[in-house]
Amino acid sequence: MSDGLIDLAWWQLAIGAALVVALAVVTHLGRLGLSRDLLVAATRMVIQLAIIGLVLEALFSVAAFHWVALMAVIMLLLAGREVMSRQKRRMTGGWAFAIGTVSMFISSFAVTIFALVVVIGPAPWYTPQYAIPLLGMLLGNTMTGVALGMDRLTDSAWRQRQVIEGRLMLGMSWSQAIGDLRRDAMRSGMIPIINGMAAAGVVSLPGMMTGQILAGSPPALAVKYQVLVFFLIAVGTGFGTVAAVLAASRRLFDERQRLRLERIGGAVGS
Amino acid sequence: MSASLPLYPRNRYHDVLLIPGSIDLPAAQRVPRPVTSPRGDRLALRGVSVGPLQDVSLVIEPGEIVCISGESGSGKSRLLRAIADLDPHAGEVEIGADARAAVAAHCWRGWVMLVPAESSWWGDTVIEHFLEPVPGSFAAFGLKEESLEWQVSRLSSGEKQRLAVLRALSHEPRALLLDEPTANLDPELTREVEAWLRDYARRERLPVLWVAHDRAQIERVGDRHFAIRGARLEAQPCRTA
Repeated sequence: MSDGLIDLAWWQLAIGAALVVALAVVTHLGRLGLSRDLLVAATRMVIQLAIIGLVLEALFSVAAFHWVALMAVIMLLLAGREVMSRQKRRMTGGWAFAIGTVSMFISSFAVTIFALVVVIGPAPWYTPQYAIPLLGMLLGNTMTGVALGMDRLTDSAWRQRQVIEGRLMLGMSWSQAIGDLRRDAMRSGMIPIINGMAAAGVVSLPGMMTGQILAGSPPALAVKYQVLVFFLIAVGTGFGTVAAVLAASRRLFDERQRLRLERIGGAVGS
Repeated sequence: MSASLPLYPRNRYHDVLLIPGSIDLPAAQRVPRPVTSPRGDRLALRGVSVGPLQDVSLVIEPGEIVCISGESGSGKSRLLRAIADLDPHAGEVEIGADARAAVAAHCWRGWVMLVPAESSWWGDTVIEHFLEPVPGSFAAFGLKEESLEWQVSRLSSGEKQRLAVLRALSHEPRALLLDEPTANLDPELTREVEAWLRDYARRERLPVLWVAHDRAQIERVGDRHFAIRGARLEAQPCRTA
């Protein structure tokens, strides 16, 4: 452990856990119907983070390219699954998963590799201490943007079928017919990161920077890393959302530019 | 017909771009037309199958109005949607010398224009959806050209229905598919709209497929009449006795 770093003992974590249990009791008494979800989520979080801690320790000690790559692919696939599960109306035939995963692959992987090779420059470039956390932050945010954008697109296309088809009937191309819906979807995917940047440091202290400061970094260095990460996240989320919404909107039409809403499944979980 | 109408800017090339231009809503624009004969085009259906209808073949001559009737659910609207290439279907449709399969889908729909029973409007004002209106058409439909400035949200269902037909005509289609175009109109207005559309189709030599319920209307406007019987169209006399 580095100097100035206070180790956390297990019993100290237990105090935190006790507080969560207390919250669960209160929500139970208040009949919010959330206590079970709260406890399950807290338990899941503990287990998942414990596992990832072990995995990262192993990965850091090996630091071989193929293990880092495998880890990255697993993270990508899990993010793709998460994007799919956040859609109210999913594209059928695996398209929701495929479009989300491919667009996150293009944006997150490209931006992470670019940052590693050109900007940060660890040796070797895939050093897991840098690569995995960076990729994780990028995937986490890109995932939100892609999921929001695709959800908005499919849902609004479903609701505005008449408008889209009305435009097609007047001789507009598929791209014009869905143009404003597509722009709205892209906007709703990108707004969270734009708001996040605008509020950074004023309303909220970004988690990564906080963590770095807690770990003993000088704040100036932590700020520089955070700024870089914000830029990367904005770029990754933006391009990921644009790619996903473009691909999804094309998929809503067939080769004769007909609106094919049967390619979107019915509402899930409502 | 005033050329000074403040029409929404047209840019027929902006659909080439992936993300259409700087305007928020797609502007009305005319689909490019081939050199057409002044004698009009015929609309030919060859073996069209969609929904309950099987293997429908029908030729509508230029300037001819063919009426189609049938129970609800018999597939009238689906047939029109198939002809406009909005739903997957079997068979081929031709307008003049152009086969549907050989024409880009959006051009086809600009040529063979469907006016659905329920029209949709996306802009705030009526004019955003229009190209130059056909001269005299507004008066014949009991409207003034000032209604182009109206807010879409304040239109009645009858106004919407009439404006939807006028909107389609302003795009100068080569053939017209009308799905109960007078359903929300009072009898007097219905007569006027019918008479004008009939003259217009004759004058412009436009083939028209007209879905109608009312026998009296079919007698007034139809050159031929088909009723949907199960999977096929059955020719009916247009005029009884």
